Amino acid sequence: MWTGDTMTNAYELIVNILTAIGVYDQIYNLFEIFGMAYVLKILIVSVLIAVLFAFVLVTVMFLTWMERKVVALVQVRYGPMVTGPRGLLQPVMDGIKLIGKEDIIPAKADRWIFTLAPFIVFVPALLIFIPIPFGNSLIISDLRVGLLYIIAISAVSPIAVLLAGWASNNKYSLLGAMRAVAQDISYTIPLALAAIAVVIFTGSLSTVDIVNAQGDYWFGIIPKWFIFLQPIGFVLFLIASIAELGRIPFDFQESESELVAGFFTEYSGMKFAMFFLAEYAHLFAVSGIVVTLFLGGWNGPVIPFIPVQITSLVYFLIKTYAVIFFTMWLRDTVPRMRIDQLLNIGWKIMVPLALLNLLVAGFLVTAGVI
Amino acid sequence: METEELLINMGPVHPSTHGVLRFKLRMDGEIIKECTIVLGYLHRGTEKLAEMKTYLQFIPYTDRLDYVSAMPSNYAYVKAVEELADIEVPLRAEYIRVLVMELNRIVNHLVAIGSLLMDLGASTMMMWGFREREKALQLFEMLCGARMTFSYMRIGGVREDLPDGFIPKLKEFIEDMEKRIADYEQLINNNEIFLMRMKGIATISAEEAINYGMTGPTLRGSGVNYDIRRLEPYSIYPDLDFKVCVRSEGDSYARYIVRIDEMRESLHILRQLIDNMPESSIIATQKYGIIPMTGAPYTAQTYFPRIFTPPAGEVYSRIEAPKGELGFYIVSDGTTKPYRIKIRSPSFCNLAAIPQLVRGLKIPDLIAAFGSIDVVLGDVDR
Repeated sequence: MWTGDTMTNAYELIVNILTAIGVYDQIYNLFEIFGMAYVLKILIVSVLIAVLFAFVLVTVMFLTWMERKVVALVQVRYGPMVTGPRGLLQPVMDGIKLIGKEDIIPAKADRWIFTLAPFIVFVPALLIFIPIPFGNSLIISDLRVGLLYIIAISAVSPIAVLLAGWASNNKYSLLGAMRAVAQDISYTIPLALAAIAVVIFTGSLSTVDIVNAQGDYWFGIIPKWFIFLQPIGFVLFLIASIAELGRIPFDFQESESELVAGFFTEYSGMKFAMFFLAEYAHLFAVSGIVVTLFLGGWNGPVIPFIPVQITSLVYFLIKTYAVIFFTMWLRDTVPRMRIDQLLNIGWKIMVPLALLNLLVAGFLVTAGVI
Repeated sequence: METEELLINMGPVHPSTHGVLRFKLRMDGEIIKECTIVLGYLHRGTEKLAEMKTYLQFIPYTDRLDYVSAMPSNYAYVKAVEELADIEVPLRAEYIRVLVMELNRIVNHLVAIGSLLMDLGASTMMMWGFREREKALQLFEMLCGARMTFSYMRIGGVREDLPDGFIPKLKEFIEDMEKRIADYEQLINNNEIFLMRMKGIATISAEEAINYGMTGPTLRGSGVNYDIRRLEPYSIYPDLDFKVCVRSEGDSYARYIVRIDEMRESLHILRQLIDNMPESSIIATQKYGIIPMTGAPYTAQTYFPRIFTPPAGEVYSRIEAPKGELGFYIVSDGTTKPYRIKIRSPSFCNLAAIPQLVRGLKIPDLIAAFGSIDVVLGDVDR
C-alpha cells in the first residue's frame, strides 16, 4: 500500500497507484528494453497535463453556466433553463454557436497580431494551473518558485490584451486595452506584496509548502489558515485579484456601457470564445490561488477510509467555489468604478497598506511571536 | 511628448446611448474636451404628421413620443385640445387620468434608475426595476389592453372605465412598491462605489439649469422648486396633497435621489386617488356629445364624436411629465385637422445641457450624467 504523505506530485501518485495494482514494473520493463524509460515519464506527465486541461476546460464551461445562474438568482429570474437539465448544457450550445460563427478580421486590423492575441491570452490561463495544488499530491509540478511563477505567468495576459486592442484598429478597443494595462500594472504590485507577506511566514515560494504550513490547528479547533494571521493581506489580495481578473467592480477593460466590449470589440467566433474561456479559466485559477494562500488550500478534517487525495480535492474545490461565488455575488451587487478612481485606490491606499502589512508580518516573524 | 486628440463617435449604435443618440467626442486620452450631440436618427416627423390627422387620430402618435411614459404624453395632448375647444371633463375621468399618469411616473422612474445603474455596471437594479414595472404594466394592460403605447386618453375623458379588480390590484402594487423602494435604497443609496461615481459628478447650478431650459427631476436636482403641478395646477392636482421633491446639490446623485423621492410621492398621490375616486361619467358629454344608442356601452366612441372641429385659435398647454415639462402648442384653423402642432419635449431640452455637464470629465462620467438626465430618444427626435 502507498501512503499519501511521501508523494510530492501527481506523477508519483500515478506511479504509486500503478505499483499498487502491480502493473508498473511490467510497463517500466517494456520501456526499459528499448532504453526509453524517460519516455514513460514524459508519457505519464503528458497524460496528467491533458487531464488537468480537460478538467479546467470543463470547469470553465461550468463556470459560465454558474455565473448566469448566480446572476439569475440575485436578479430573481431563472437563467438558462432550456438546454439540458436546468440549462446545464447551455455552455455546450454556446460553444457550438461560437464555432459556427464567421471569423471576421477587420479590413484594417493587423492580421497576425489580431490572430495571435487570443492564443497569448489563452495559453497563460492554462499554464497558471501547473503549480496549483488541487489536493494532497494532486499537483502537476511543485515548483520551488511556484508563487513567483504564478504571478509572472498572470502578468503575460496584459501584453496580449494590449496586442488585441492595438491590432483591432478600433478606438474603443485601444482605450480598453490601455485601461487594462494600467489596471494590471497597478494591481500586480499590491497582489505580489500581499502574497510576499504569506511567504515571509512560510519561508518558501512553493505552493505545497504554503498549504502544508496551514495544516495545523490552534487550540485544536481554529485552523491555522493565513486568513487569520493576515486578514489585511487577504482582503488586499482578493481585491487585487478581482482587479486583475477585470470583473465588476473593476471591469474597465471591457466595460460594456462605455467601451462597447473593450479590447475584444472586434473579435467574433472562436477568437472571442478564447478570450471568454481565458477569463473564466483565470477566475478559477485566481480563486484557487486565494484558497491556497489564505484559506488553507486542500486542508480539512481527515475522514477515515477515504483516500486523502479525494477528500483534499473535495475540500479544495469547495473552498474555491466559495471564492468564485463571492466574486459572482459581488458582480451582481455593486456598480463599476471609474478607472482613475481605481488607480488612485491602487497606488494611494492598497500599495501602502500592503507594505505596512508586509512590515507587520516581518516584525511578527522576526520577533518570534508566531 | 507629442500627443494627439482622439475623436470618438459614440453611437448611434452604442450600448448606453439609450437608442440612437450620437455623441461626437473630442478626447484627450480619457478626458472629454468637447462633446457634440448629433440628433435625428429617430426623426419621424410627428409634428408634420399631425397636420394630416384629425384631432382624435393624432392620439396614438403621442404614445410614440416618450414611449416609456406614454400616459402623460397622451394627457398633454388631449389637455391642449380640451383647452382649445373648451371642453369640460368629468371628475372621474380626471381622477383616472391622474391615477394612470402617476402610475406611469413610477414606471418611468423605475426605467430611469434601472438603466442608470445598468450603465454604471450594476445590472441587478435594472432587473429589479423591471420586475415592478411589469406589475404596473399589467395594471395598464387591464385598463386598456396595451402595455406601452396606451392611447388611453380621449378628448374629453378616457377610453374605458376602471375594470373590476383594478383597484385591489393597484393597492397590492402600492404596498409592494413601498417595500421595493426601501430595497432599492438599501441596494444603491449607500453603496460606496455608487457614491464615488455619482456625487459631485456632472454638477450644474440652478442658474445654468434654468438657462438651458432643463425641467423635471433634472432641474429639481439643482435646487429649483419648479413643478408645473404646483405652479400652474391642472386637472385635480390642486386638491391633492404631495410635496415637490427638491435637492440642492445639482449633481448626478441629487437627480437620482429626486427620482426615488418622487416615486414615493406618486404612491402617496395614488393612495389619495383611490380613497376619493368619485362616481361619474368618464367622457365629456356637454358640448360635442351625441346621445348613445340605447344599451350601448359607455365608451368614448359612443359619447364623443370621432371627428370634431374646435374653434379657430391657438393654445399652449403644458404638464409635468415624468421627465419634465411637456408642452403642446396647437394652432387650429377651425377645420377637423390641426393647422400646426409643436411639441416641447422635456428630453430634448434636458439633453441640451449634456455638453456643458461633461466637459472635462471622463467617458464613464458621460455615461453616468447621461443616465441621470434620463432621456428617451423618441421624445428627443419626435
